[in-house]
Amino acid sequence: MAQDQAVGVIKPPSMDKIEKRQAWKRRSILLPALIFAILMTQIPFLVTIGYSTFKWNLLKPDDFGFVGFDNYITVFTAGDLWPSIIATVLITTLAVVLSLLIGLFFAILLDRSFRGQALARTLLITPFLIMPAAASLIWKYSMFDTNIGVINWFVTSLGLPPIEWSTDYPLATVVIVLVWQFTPFMMLILLAGLQSQSKEVLEAASVDGAGAWRTFQWITLPHMRMYIEISVLLGTIILLQVFDPIAIMTKGTGGTKTLSYLLYERAFIGLNVGEAAAYGVIAVVLTIVVATLALRTMFKVFLDGGGK
Amino acid sequence: MLKRNRLAAISASVAVSALVLAGCSSSDDTATDAATTDAAAETTEEAATGEDVTITVATVNNGNMKDMESLAPIYEAENPGVSINFQVMEEGDLRSAVTADVASGAGQYDVVTIGAYEVPQWGANGWLTDLTPALAEGDYDVEDILPPVREALSVNGQQYAVPFYGESSILMYNKEVMDAAGITISNNPTWDEVATAAKAVNTDDMAGICLRGKPGWGDLFAPLTTVVQTFGGAWYDMDWNAQVNSPEFIEAVTFYKDLLDEAGQPDPVSYSFNECLTALQNGKVAMWYDASVAASMLEADGSPVQGKMGYAHAPVKETAESGWLWSWNLAVPVSTKNQDAAINFVKWATSKDYQQLVGTELGWSLVPPGARISTYSIPEYQEAAAAYAPITLDVMSSVNPVQPGVNPQPWVGIQYVAIPEFQDVGNQVAQLVADAIAGRGTVEEALNKGQEIAQVAGDAQK
Repeated sequence: MAQDQAVGVIKPPSMDKIEKRQAWKRRSILLPALIFAILMTQIPFLVTIGYSTFKWNLLKPDDFGFVGFDNYITVFTAGDLWPSIIATVLITTLAVVLSLLIGLFFAILLDRSFRGQALARTLLITPFLIMPAAASLIWKYSMFDTNIGVINWFVTSLGLPPIEWSTDYPLATVVIVLVWQFTPFMMLILLAGLQSQSKEVLEAASVDGAGAWRTFQWITLPHMRMYIEISVLLGTIILLQVFDPIAIMTKGTGGTKTLSYLLYERAFIGLNVGEAAAYGVIAVVLTIVVATLALRTMFKVFLDGGGK
Repeated sequence: MLKRNRLAAISASVAVSALVLAGCSSSDDTATDAATTDAAAETTEEAATGEDVTITVATVNNGNMKDMESLAPIYEAENPGVSINFQVMEEGDLRSAVTADVASGAGQYDVVTIGAYEVPQWGANGWLTDLTPALAEGDYDVEDILPPVREALSVNGQQYAVPFYGESSILMYNKEVMDAAGITISNNPTWDEVATAAKAVNTDDMAGICLRGKPGWGDLFAPLTTVVQTFGGAWYDMDWNAQVNSPEFIEAVTFYKDLLDEAGQPDPVSYSFNECLTALQNGKVAMWYDASVAASMLEADGSPVQGKMGYAHAPVKETAESGWLWSWNLAVPVSTKNQDAAINFVKWATSKDYQQLVGTELGWSLVPPGARISTYSIPEYQEAAAAYAPITLDVMSSVNPVQPGVNPQPWVGIQYVAIPEFQDVGNQVAQLVADAIAGRGTVEEALNKGQEIAQVAGDAQK
């Protein structure tokens, strides 16, 4: 470092320019990709911000105009925003945590060789391959339905009254479907982590007399930290956008109106483009803030746990 | 250091994906715009190249409309040079696609299928071609269209759409169950009578009555608004003051909730038309108050309750009738480039000849109901639809879309308020009421909040 600086001092200024030019030449190769990425991600966002400053209801073509921040004022004063943030955070957190735990359980079960392992793995992955809307419909009719649903068939066979899922337990209804869908996703990532453990270390642990639980706690879990982080991160990002089970089963009642469902209602039932765009912009900002905060606290826990 | 880097990377990736998310909503719009422009260009080209005309029809995916699609080749054969292109969509998709197209004047569609809720608003906006002169020509016989339906589709005496089929709401009940319990339902029952009967036949295996509970202005609030109106309530008074927390409105919603609690199907929030239909067919409910078009499905071949059903007028309290009025209609947007050809097709698809065509080609029970009075005097149809044709005609000719409730109202329409804000207002209030039905809060609390929502929309009309 010090040597470099010393050389830099005696360099003539023209050399600097040449180096800069070369640097730009190298960068210019990357430039098209960069511009493409910026266009693809930022222009729609800028357009959304533009829409959000207009009074624009599709059903009222004559009542159109620039209103500045009026849509944002409506969003913050209408009283829909805060409950939907709570609903989004609650549903996402519950679904991520539960599917992570169940996914870890299945990953551990699958992390050994047994007859029919490939078949078992494929069957376990299937829920994740089903389209979210189809999964919600399957659960609505085949599982939760009070007349023909499997769950209520068991419940009524026991002589109990049927469970009115969407009416009485809307939050649980949505979370159950999401956990069913995302457990395989978590399982796949965690299984990859488990299978990448070095056999030597595990062998050494067993030679040293560590039991199964101690091995898991002190060797497997710290090794898995990275995989758990990545599955929580990806799961959170996907689940923050949850829409299908809400649209199909609960219609936003009982504290299940997430930000994306609220946005859909403003845009496609209210047909209010300006207000929906304002919700969209706020949803982006909140997603960044909430995700960053949640992840920071979570990683602290993991890092402290690992450092013990 | 490593820790901070990772955090930065994570927040950056969250930010990017969130931006992409936001981008999606607006890029959808762009895609629609692009598609619209393309289609508009195509239409212009075709019109310019000569006599060959393609009529693009946007329609909803239900049975009667699909029949129209299958009979279109006959129209094409009769009218050389004209071809019909159907775009069949789900009701919700149709509503947003057609609204976007017609509102922006893009001209992608030559004929649109729209509900009775949209017609008067779009007509007043100047988005639809006035069909009054065209319908008076030839042997179309516009007077044959059911008067209440025609009234609901007109603004200041100008008719902006023609009904393809129409429906009201009726009470349907399983006669066997009622007979076994020794209960007779009169032809014009009151809600008290229906509630008593529902509670009497309600058992663990069979609910007394199925009522829609799925939140939505067209789901829960279609039947519930008719109950509100016959209880003396209304969404708005003549000066557009919201009436949602008036004593009558509260009484009606409380009655609906109590009836569901005491004798309704379990899990009401999951139930709308299709769910109730299945429940009734499977013997899980004894009565059902819903669209009259359901009768044709209950009496269809293969239905387990075929021939076992009784039908009655919508139950009432303060008014003489309380059935709703809905029709799916064909209209021609002013933005079309093929106005004459489009109107010609609309007249064909809603003519008396078309009804004969459906009867002879596809079967008499499939003739679109509730649009023309003469449909009900076709002998073959009378025979095929003997169980429900008389009551459908009776109810549909007796409802009053101008004043369905006890007091006059400033719009035409029964189970909806014909203002653009209503689907939004109805939807939000339906969610509040659904929460009250589920026991999360009281009906009064829900309707007090609903009153605020409705008043904002009412103020916009003043």
